[in-house]
Amino acid sequence: MSELVAAEDVLLFVNAAVTATGQREFRSSAAEQQLSLAFLHEYVRVNYRPLYAACLALDINDHNAALVVEQLLRTPGEAGDGEGRLVAARLARMAPQRVYRLFRRLRQAGVNNRRTRAIVREWLAARPDPALDAVKYRPGVKAALRHAHVPAADAETGDFLFAPGRRVRYAHPTLEAYRRAHYEESALYGLPFSVAEGFAARHGVGREAFLERIAPRMTRLERLRTDRAAGTARTAGDLAGMPLTRLALSVLALPFAERAARREELTGALRAAARRAAGPHAGGWGRVAAVLDDSFSSSGSAVKRRRPLAVALGCHFLLEALAAPGAYTGLWTSGGTDPLLVRPYGPTPLGLRILDALDGGPDRLVIVSDGWDNAPPGLAGEVLRVWRSRLDPGRRTAAVHVNPVYDAGVFDVRRLGPSVPAVGIRDAEDLPALVEIAGFAEGRTGLTELRAYLDRRVADLLAAHEKGRTA
Amino acid sequence: MTRIDLTGLDTRPAQVWGGVRLVPLVRAEPVPGLRLSREVYEAADGRVDVGDGTVYTSYVPHGFVADWSGAGREEAAYGTRLGDAPPAGVPVRAPHRRLARRVRGERRLRFLPLHLALEGYLSLHFGGPSVLWEEWSRAALRRGLSPRAEAAYAGWEVPGLAEALRVFELHPGQCGVLVYTADALAAAFVVPHPEDYRLLHPTLVEDLYGELVHQYAYYGGPVPEFTARIRDGAGGIRDLADLRAAAREQERRWAVAHDGLMARDLLDTPYAFERAYRMGSFALYRFLPPFARDGRGQHIGELITDHKGRTAYLKTFRLSDAQVRRGYLLRRLASCDWHPGRTAEALGIAREELVRRIRAAGFGALLDAHGLAQAARNAREG
Repeated sequence: MSELVAAEDVLLFVNAAVTATGQREFRSSAAEQQLSLAFLHEYVRVNYRPLYAACLALDINDHNAALVVEQLLRTPGEAGDGEGRLVAARLARMAPQRVYRLFRRLRQAGVNNRRTRAIVREWLAARPDPALDAVKYRPGVKAALRHAHVPAADAETGDFLFAPGRRVRYAHPTLEAYRRAHYEESALYGLPFSVAEGFAARHGVGREAFLERIAPRMTRLERLRTDRAAGTARTAGDLAGMPLTRLALSVLALPFAERAARREELTGALRAAARRAAGPHAGGWGRVAAVLDDSFSSSGSAVKRRRPLAVALGCHFLLEALAAPGAYTGLWTSGGTDPLLVRPYGPTPLGLRILDALDGGPDRLVIVSDGWDNAPPGLAGEVLRVWRSRLDPGRRTAAVHVNPVYDAGVFDVRRLGPSVPAVGIRDAEDLPALVEIAGFAEGRTGLTELRAYLDRRVADLLAAHEKGRTA
Repeated sequence: MTRIDLTGLDTRPAQVWGGVRLVPLVRAEPVPGLRLSREVYEAADGRVDVGDGTVYTSYVPHGFVADWSGAGREEAAYGTRLGDAPPAGVPVRAPHRRLARRVRGERRLRFLPLHLALEGYLSLHFGGPSVLWEEWSRAALRRGLSPRAEAAYAGWEVPGLAEALRVFELHPGQCGVLVYTADALAAAFVVPHPEDYRLLHPTLVEDLYGELVHQYAYYGGPVPEFTARIRDGAGGIRDLADLRAAAREQERRWAVAHDGLMARDLLDTPYAFERAYRMGSFALYRFLPPFARDGRGQHIGELITDHKGRTAYLKTFRLSDAQVRRGYLLRRLASCDWHPGRTAEALGIAREELVRRIRAAGFGALLDAHGLAQAARNAREG
């Protein structure tokens, strides 16, 4: 019994750690989300420490990964074996600005044990270009070096950070560009975009001219953001390499007329991204039916605009790629039939839509929804229950509910009912991995299997980390 | 016409948020020939200097514009018309001049939501006693019930209502909503066209709500959600078609339960209608409840009907028990020519009890203590 509870608790935490980002959602505020998440982290850490650490190997989002690392490092007394390596492996995969923010939080909290210092040191040593970091994340780097008592990577960077007036000239091109950018406009194009932006404003460089010249120094995300702000249409080349959910988000940001005009191109890009995400699973899922939520609540919130709808759109194309050719049906709750022109509007009559999906007798049923079934409430759960118990007791059809929204009130994603497993999802491309986790959520496999699964994921993560370090 | 007729409006499943329950009303077809739209007044605080140092200040959040300028012109909603480019806001110089106002030569009527109804309620026997009985003070005879005032709350002051309206998911074809707090009907709102509703839905948070609504929302806990239950006893459901039929049945059962149970007070109570304006085949009414003291919810409100008497526009305001009591008392007093003795007799209570009731209703200042004592003495000796 306790085993079952443990497995459920851990799965609950995984769902939260995949979906929640502490930001405002459609139905709950940022404060509620953070409070709920903080409780959940502490609860799982205290009760299931090894499993808690192992979650770092799963596809939990970076916000939660940083929280897990912080919690682990704050409580060194309870640490288990191999935790340090797991933390180091996860940090190596995270965005540097998040890691620097985490280090600063550790400093504020006064966490400075030997293990923490070793982890900071190791992570800093692995940074490919410490000088670039020093320019781009200056306060973060300084805080980390001071906190862990680590010397700067080289004398020049050290001087740059801690004694900026000492040198009249730097040998490193980025450091030198930073120094010259104070008075020389042309030097700022040798700097990272976010730093150059400030200098450009100081020199009074026109935004358009600046963006054009800095373009080669921009990361992909920075380019995407500035494009969106400027309202310039992305070309086919830009769309090609984008991950599925991000692509879906940019498609949904376009006006209807443009979506209709560029139908071929956008559909092509979405299909290509879905095929990439499906990888070896492509075409292997047999007949698939999906119920996709495009009700008003899928508009998300101001900070996560249209995220649930983008996940649904991404899942639509991914499931099309996963299903056997021509054996996919996607049903939107609004009754719409054109996935490219979806918009968040109307109620959520999930129950009837699920019935429509079951009509074709699919091998797999996937429901993508925030779990608020309101026309009438609870009908989806009832339909699934009766269907499972009366019409499909032999489980010919595998059903799973993937939910992109964390519900702060229940410390989990909202479920439709006990008869169908619910898993949290953040990016549509994680769907195949999540369906595996859904197997545990159904309660037919216990803690032993879950532990084995986590061990396998941990081993994979550590192996990948080792490979990356030696290469 | 004595009852509100919601023919043509179907109930859809309610959406619950905390203590607020919103029940959408859906029309299969919009009412032809009438559109409603919102008008935002630029001068939000209307200040009028009365002259003797008093300043009359009123807050006018928004008004409604009814447009019946041509049958079949569905696109005629004010503010969304193309080519004509109407001004975004219309400043009001004297906000309290007339509450339903037609601009000369236009087939459009502007009115402030619920003010017609409130006017109707507040002017109920506003003149005070019509016969000089000695129990009433001189002030009561000269000035009547003054000042006329009732407390009301703006929608955003009603706890949870703003959030409930924000997360509410509109149905396709939705033309109205019934707002419940703590499962008591707080307000009904109906418009002729779904597009109008979509635009006017956010204005619900700026409207007036009675003190009862506020109290219920403040002290009431979360209300339970209606949840579907499919009975799957032995052999009940054999295939998907059975299951689908059972699911449809759940939808229908909710609608029946709601109309018969929750909205019954609004639909069954006979109201006193008074026509305030006639516009083409439509008529704008305000209505007062019977002020019956039977524990039912009593609403005042306003309504536009088409030529068949069906509701095209409806907005109601729930009176609190104290307000119902006041209305009831005034009605009874008026029907007995304001004579306390005869009124008490008609009510079957003692004269002292009636006086207590008048005081409790907040009309104590109208009574003349000297006159009361005199009348009591007369009655004893008489």
